Amino acid sequence: MIIGHSSALNFGDHVNDLIAARSQMAVSLAFHIIFAVIGIAMPVLMVIAERRWQRTGEPVYLDLAKRWARGTAVLFAVGAVSGTVLSFELGLLWPRFMQLAGPIIGMPFSLEGFAFFTEAIFLGIYLYGWERVPPRAHLAAGALVAVSGSASGIFVVIANAWMNTPIGFTLANGMFTSVDPIAAMGTPAAFPQALHMILAAFAATGIGVAGIHAFLLVRGRTNPLHRAALTIGLIVGAPAAVLQPFAGDIAARFVARRQPVKLAAMEALYETRAGAPLTFGPGIRIPRGLSLLAFHDPNAIVRGLDRVPRDEWPNVPLVHLSFDVMVAFGTYLALVSLWAGWQVLRKRDLHTQRRLLWALAVAAPCGFIAIEAGWMVTELGRQPWVIYGILKTADAVTPMPGLVVPFTVITLVYCALALIVTRVLYTQIVQ
Amino acid sequence: MTLAGSLAAIILVALTAYALLGGADFGGGVWHLLASGPRKHEQRRLIAHAIAPVWEANHVWLILAIVLLFTCFSPAFARVAVTLHVPLTLMLLGIVLRGSGFVFQSYGGKGERTFALASLLTPLLLGVSVGAIASGSVRDVTGEEFVHGYIRPWFTPFALAVGFFALACFAFLAAVYLTLEARNRELQEDFRRRAIFAGVAVFAIAAIGLLLSPQAPLVQRGLLATSRAAALHVVPAIAALTAFWALWRRRYRIARIAAAAQVALILWGWGLSQYPYLVPPDLTIANTAAPRATLELALVALLAGAIVLFPSLFYLFKVFKAGSDSVR
Ligand code: HDD
Ligand code: HEM
Ligand code: HEM
Repeated sequence: MIIGHSSALNFGDHVNDLIAARSQMAVSLAFHIIFAVIGIAMPVLMVIAERRWQRTGEPVYLDLAKRWARGTAVLFAVGAVSGTVLSFELGLLWPRFMQLAGPIIGMPFSLEGFAFFTEAIFLGIYLYGWERVPPRAHLAAGALVAVSGSASGIFVVIANAWMNTPIGFTLANGMFTSVDPIAAMGTPAAFPQALHMILAAFAATGIGVAGIHAFLLVRGRTNPLHRAALTIGLIVGAPAAVLQPFAGDIAARFVARRQPVKLAAMEALYETRAGAPLTFGPGIRIPRGLSLLAFHDPNAIVRGLDRVPRDEWPNVPLVHLSFDVMVAFGTYLALVSLWAGWQVLRKRDLHTQRRLLWALAVAAPCGFIAIEAGWMVTELGRQPWVIYGILKTADAVTPMPGLVVPFTVITLVYCALALIVTRVLYTQIVQ
Repeated sequence: MTLAGSLAAIILVALTAYALLGGADFGGGVWHLLASGPRKHEQRRLIAHAIAPVWEANHVWLILAIVLLFTCFSPAFARVAVTLHVPLTLMLLGIVLRGSGFVFQSYGGKGERTFALASLLTPLLLGVSVGAIASGSVRDVTGEEFVHGYIRPWFTPFALAVGFFALACFAFLAAVYLTLEARNRELQEDFRRRAIFAGVAVFAIAAIGLLLSPQAPLVQRGLLATSRAAALHVVPAIAALTAFWALWRRRYRIARIAAAAQVALILWGWGLSQYPYLVPPDLTIANTAAPRATLELALVALLAGAIVLFPSLFYLFKVFKAGSDSVR
């Protein structure tokens, strides 16, 4: 297990293959995450709807649960196959990373494997067992799908957190000795990332559902189904969206301490300074804002990019832009959620408030965009490292030549799948 | 057996479960493609009905095998992933297209053909990959040019024969299982005939594989020369003959057990004949095993997982598969 390798290929080919591999990984993950977050949160919505049906006997809730279940079946299947692709791609694209890290991060992946099993088993029972199992068992199956969905999300994010803040081993001559997988799972980034990710899944999916049905309501379909869906979507999404900036703040403070280069890139801070300002886009600056946010001290010293050699910088403009996009969309989601909550407190009927409904409709895709942007921050901000400070991405890539070919094929297949899924869902749910 | 050896055995168990359960789902796709005769539509409906609730759970066995491989024997995983990049990527495409094709057709979209064609691709390439590993050609190819390093190791008559063998085995399993799922006698007869036909194909391809086995010296030695040979030949052969007999006599429950045993024993024969190598010619269980701490934890996780898994799986199959043998 030696880090670094001398490729017989010439340098230019290696760079192209590396870019293709990174792009393929990015496309595969960006595709999978959409289905994954829906797979985490949608079972919760279905279970709430089914529970309401069992309690009130109102058929609209049963109708809703069944429609959602049909949509989830399609999304879950695409999530499962795209996740399988990822498990293989970790080796197909980054064999040297997996060879080194497998014994350490294999643990969360193994636990995730069992979470997948329970998820798939009980989803099968939930989707196809309406007539075959008693109502309570059916509801319990749904609840188990929801629990194992969250568990699989948490485990895989722990593996990713370890790449950001690797611990649980000693490194000698490019080899890991005295490996401690349990300590590795307690990596400092695990808690903030997992918390932020699970909230993200609930916020994006809940508000997404609420937004779609809000749109249909404003467009004049005053069908009770849409009202019920809007309410349940908000129950799941709004609290998460309000909490998310706080979770993001926790994440940011961990990044500030553990991954200073990523923080500097997120904030486009080129020079180390005390009382660092907060920058939005190219123009807006809040004096001392960054020191305050990252360390809760207006005069704290924030390390800038000048502390690391140029060839160890991530892509600063892209990381900074992604971070701003996430924060902007996150702020919008939190505000809309607070607004909805305020209306509920004032005992207003949400379903007739056209301006709120429009705001929710606009919010529908925002959580998903924030998730993609957030992962860009995490992953691009870690470059050029795949294991922060230990293994460079360039040294992890497979020696296989011609990687643009699989990259192109995977991208085309996923584009086609995205189109078809959209069409199938449209016919399933909306009509 | 050593700790590492036990984990290698568990990986083989997971692969076996994948072949017996997930493999049969792919075999269902083959019979979807080959559906014919007056009951063409009923055949297809039966296949879809049998696969729908279980294929995702069945599929997780493959993921479990892969995850255990990279946790416990990461250099072997890395080697396979590098040298077999091309067939594995094609296999993944098959998995993606099969799964999504299947749900799209189930939920009102098109996708039947994709589902059926992709069901051919995946078993074929899975078999090719196994064949390449068994023939000892999955070497370290770093720095070699494309055709020599990344095509030759698996594009061999032997590996291709194993590919077709896997396809035939999966189709055989599916047909045998479907005899028990069928709701009426005509449909049952349809799949009985298909099972016998596929069983003959399995035999024919196995014979070809045996002729080609000089290309896989380890397997050949295991099959022909060592003391294990007798057991490795005779036991699967008994299972196979039992399966034929049972199909002939319409004893479908016995046929199911015998067919599953036959395929499982073939996989175990492969494992035993290349023991202690994971990826011959050079990677063994011992020289690729992760540190002890990892192996111990993996075993604990497996035990804990099994406590959750087996009752759940049992429940799943009880809900959907019990009572399906309604035709006596
Ligand atoms: C609904 C989605 C969503 C929303 C509204 C936000 N985020 Fe986020 N963020 C994510 C979804 C997300 C994510 C996709 O889930 C990430 C990627 C990796 C991770 O753990 O979470 C992430 C990562 C991430 C990171 C990097 C963590 C790391 O690399 O270790 C930071 C510092 C923040 N976020 C901070 C924030 C702040 C201050 C927000 C204020 C509004 C915010 N996020 C809103
Ligand atoms: C390298 C990264 C990843 C790998 C290797 C991976 C692997 C997988 C695999 C193999 C499956 C299929 C399971 C099945 O058959 O049921 C899957 C599904 C799933 N993954 Fe991922 N995954 C990754 C990233 C993520 C992330 C970041 C999340 C969430 C936060 C996530 C959450 C899920 C969930 C909830 C499912 C269930 C299927 C669904 O709901 O569609 N995964 N993943
Ligand atoms: C699902 C949400 C995720 C998204 C959208 C995402 C996004 C990305 C992107 C954009 C890259 C390319 C970065 C670059 O090379 O410039 C990347 C690389 C990578 N990601 Fe993630 N990521 C996600 C989750 C994960 C998780 C959970 C893991 C592991 C457990 C992971 C492991 C990797 C690895 C190994 C690479 C390649 C090496 C590297 O570029 O550092 N990712 N990901």
